[in-house]
Amino acid sequence: MTQLALVIDLNVCVGCHACVTSCKQWNTSGPAGGLTDFNPYNADPNGTFFNRVQTFEVGTYPNTETVHFPKSCLHCEDPPCVPVCPTGASYKRKEDGIVLVDYDKCIGCKYCSWACPYGVREFDEQRKVMTKCTLCVDRIYDQKLPEKERKPSCVIHCPAGARLFGDVHDPESEVSVAIRERAGYGLMPEHSTKPSNHYLPRRKTRITIHEDDLYREDNPLKIDQAAMGDYPPSDEYAT
Amino acid sequence: MRPAFSVVFLTTLIGAGQGLFIVLFLCELLSQPSSAFLIGGSLIVLVLCGLGLLASFFHLGHPERAWRAASMWRTSWLSREVIALPAFMGAVFLYGVAHWQHLGYTVALGLLGVVTSMTLFICTGMIYAAVKVLKEWAHPLTLVNFVLLGCASGTTLAAAFATFTAPELVPVLAQAALVLTALALSTRSASLLRNARLSPFSTLQSAIGVRHPRIVQKTQGAMGGSYNTHEYFHGKSAAFIKTIVPVFMVLVFFVPLALVLYLPVLAFLLQYAGLLAERWYFFAEAQHPQNLYYQTVS
Repeated sequence: MTQLALVIDLNVCVGCHACVTSCKQWNTSGPAGGLTDFNPYNADPNGTFFNRVQTFEVGTYPNTETVHFPKSCLHCEDPPCVPVCPTGASYKRKEDGIVLVDYDKCIGCKYCSWACPYGVREFDEQRKVMTKCTLCVDRIYDQKLPEKERKPSCVIHCPAGARLFGDVHDPESEVSVAIRERAGYGLMPEHSTKPSNHYLPRRKTRITIHEDDLYREDNPLKIDQAAMGDYPPSDEYAT
Repeated sequence: MRPAFSVVFLTTLIGAGQGLFIVLFLCELLSQPSSAFLIGGSLIVLVLCGLGLLASFFHLGHPERAWRAASMWRTSWLSREVIALPAFMGAVFLYGVAHWQHLGYTVALGLLGVVTSMTLFICTGMIYAAVKVLKEWAHPLTLVNFVLLGCASGTTLAAAFATFTAPELVPVLAQAALVLTALALSTRSASLLRNARLSPFSTLQSAIGVRHPRIVQKTQGAMGGSYNTHEYFHGKSAAFIKTIVPVFMVLVFFVPLALVLYLPVLAFLLQYAGLLAERWYFFAEAQHPQNLYYQTVS
């Protein structure tokens, strides 16, 4: 069975918010109605977003790392938001595993958002219904779009290529390979929600360079001297 | 969580109504109360539940679609409550009419009312106890407290109402209210103690999946507020939270324990006011794991 999901590489994300703005642009322009903004240019701005990028600092200065952390609905395989919905407005599609809200059935009781540990559902104060990431369901199946554009807006617009999209149940898909080979993980495993979206951890990129690699005789560019001025002088390099 | 006053009123009003109805029925079984007590009592139950129902509509973004909420009773406790509340009100209505018009079958209708009342208690309690991510609520004590607080306030109300319609029942009802209030005091204290000792299930480490002891949030993705900052933070000071607990403990438990034998009407009014604070705190006390993502604005 198909389970569409995002895989977000925290080692690549630069925190530019392009996924946030492109998500807002696509989803506020659709037939389901706008994602409301209140006071966007005044004090106390507020609004509905399906996707937000947060930033965390890990470690103690000077040994710190900045982690940019995009957060949207994780399309859990066992979504706690679905069974609690009294109207059936909140549902998980059998055919592709996307968790959606039927805006025409939602009564706006907010109970689903209480049940979700991730805080990824946002109540739209103008439409008075619960809203959330749809994985751009109105885009990924659109036959009128060129095939390479049939992806969630955030994935297409990420300039760093930090976001992958695909079927996490297909072991050979790009996302499954990324999860398997780059230690992809789900958020808050303690709640047993089995999130479909996965995150790829930050990695240290290190290479080991021995001194004789730099000063070897056949170093074609002979840049060693300039770079390492205090290296003991050697006749070999006097040209 | 930010307490919603619609839900605070809903749960306290119907709780007192459900408790009152159970007492009415037991009085009918065990003694011969005046029909004014039974009919008037049923009317009070209906008024309380009606007001609660009205309050609940203010919680909804689309109250005109509320009828849809009865559809998912197989999985949702909220849906079950939406069915149980009108069922209880219907049973109480029939019970009151049966007494008023001397139609008979009052025991059968009363029993139906008691069963639907208990069902409604279970549904209301489970709405909260079934939210697994809120550790403060996800415990059988939540259910027990809803039942006992409803029965205690309902019995206090029965004693208060009996002073006007069935004075001979006041002493026994007041004593029953005393016992139920004392029981509720013990279970509510138990849940307060339990919740004070809870350690959070989720941490910032599990929230973003980085295993490092020191993680500090720098931004939350928006400079202003969001649904997440409004719905899940009560926004009151620590001093306010510290004050409200003794306030509701005194009003819900100690004042009625002292007063119910002598001034049941005053005891009920103060106990109900206290229950509003108790229910407010019930919501405010719950720490939602999503708050881990909303610690710092920027």
